[in-house]
Amino acid sequence: MTDARVLRDLGEHPVWIRMENISKRYGSRPVLTEVDVCFRPGRVTAVLGPNGAGKTTLLKMLLGLVRPDRGCITVGEKALDGDPAYRQEIGYMPQLPHFPDNLTGEELAAMLDDVRGFVGEPDESLTRAFDLGRELAKPFRNLSGGNRQKLNAALAFRYRSPVLILDEPTAGLDPVAARILKARVRRERDDGRTVLMTSHDLGHLEALADDVVFLLEGRVRFEGEVSRLLEITQQAELEGAIAAFLMEHGASGADGLEGVA
Amino acid sequence: MNTWTKVLRYEMRNVLRARALLGYGLFFLAATTGLVRMGGGVERVLPSLSNLILLTVPLVSLVVTTVFLYEGRAFNELLLSQPVGRKELFRGLFMGLTLPLAGVFVVGTGLPLLASGGFSTAAGPVALTLGSGIALTAVFVALGFLVAFSVKEAARGLGVALLVWLGLTVVYDGVVLLASHNLSAYPLETPMLAAMILNPVDLARMVSLMAVDASVLMGYTGAVFQDFFGGWTGIVIATAALAGWVLLPYLGALRRFGRMDL
Repeated sequence: MTDARVLRDLGEHPVWIRMENISKRYGSRPVLTEVDVCFRPGRVTAVLGPNGAGKTTLLKMLLGLVRPDRGCITVGEKALDGDPAYRQEIGYMPQLPHFPDNLTGEELAAMLDDVRGFVGEPDESLTRAFDLGRELAKPFRNLSGGNRQKLNAALAFRYRSPVLILDEPTAGLDPVAARILKARVRRERDDGRTVLMTSHDLGHLEALADDVVFLLEGRVRFEGEVSRLLEITQQAELEGAIAAFLMEHGASGADGLEGVA
Repeated sequence: MNTWTKVLRYEMRNVLRARALLGYGLFFLAATTGLVRMGGGVERVLPSLSNLILLTVPLVSLVVTTVFLYEGRAFNELLLSQPVGRKELFRGLFMGLTLPLAGVFVVGTGLPLLASGGFSTAAGPVALTLGSGIALTAVFVALGFLVAFSVKEAARGLGVALLVWLGLTVVYDGVVLLASHNLSAYPLETPMLAAMILNPVDLARMVSLMAVDASVLMGYTGAVFQDFFGGWTGIVIATAALAGWVLLPYLGALRRFGRMDL
């Protein structure tokens, strides 16, 4: 296996992601306000928050799909300035994959290899683990929802990128596939990759996440280790912790916990 | 290879596989064959063919472009999450739509004309007719980009695209005619020339019909234009104006696309 080599490569090349004082409005509605967070290599960071809290906007900003009104984002050494080259470092798994109906999985993979200018052997272990082989020859429109999501995941892990951004990675996956994916995420983390993910399934997140960034109405309400969050809220599980957190700080203007983050 | 040519290759493959495009080609193949069979000689066929082109090419180019852009939104996001810049993606998508649409049009209309010997007996007029169709394709693909990147909602965008088509192909001529009728006491050459340059369909009509000397069919603005410039000067000016009609919406759409949040 090439894993040992990959690990060594990443050891020399861990990628930190920093968002400094990020604010963004859509029209008059603030989506993110003065967000200051850091995503560390070798950790899985869960970005949490109720719908509309700004999770997707935050992830999209890291990909350059949404531009902040104010603030600065750095991925590794690189401050984002519109130059797309830094995205070579990122493997992205979007929520709800929507690929061209007429393209097959094989063509799609070949196309991404081509567009990325990827040379060498791509990582197809997830394709094999999901047993996707035959499905890759079918046009995307003929794939079941589960197989679409498997393909989506396989493409995100294909390039051994030092950063992985996974938006609802387990949504639509059967339990077996979800298990495979989670094991894979853990391995990537142990290899020193920087992993960011969102999920509605707090159970899945709990099993994976090392750190939590909790967003509420566009502000970071907590940033730190999962264990710390459990401690503060005096809960045994992430779900309980989030619920307690929301009840305490949800509807009425929340402050107080910022000092903790 | 450049990133944009890579995008171009895949977009072209995707577009060419769409059934709508096959239908588009077959439509022109059938229509041109029919016209060639009915009418005597290529020169008689061209004016009718041209009228068909002026209506259908803008409509199909606009609708196909907007539908592909709205449907491809999620996929374009995926491409932009790779090391692909927005400018490169935009150029690849634009050419990836224009080339297949223009190519299918040229094959559909060109084959029957070729079979009837049109290229040898009336090469100039045939080339100008096909050229006007290609130019209209580029113009309306560019307008489709402008619409798709200005209107967020797909259903509304498609509605706007249809209004643009209706406005430029049907309403515009009516308004010009009405204005010229009501203002017939005034010298109208200059405003009429302006009116023509401001409408790509008029420009394309002029280019394709001037060659067969069918000014009767040009409509009011075209007749004035031909009177004014005549011959090749007119064609050159019209071509330059058509290029502007591609460039302005293209740049406008690119500007919007470069800044928008996806």
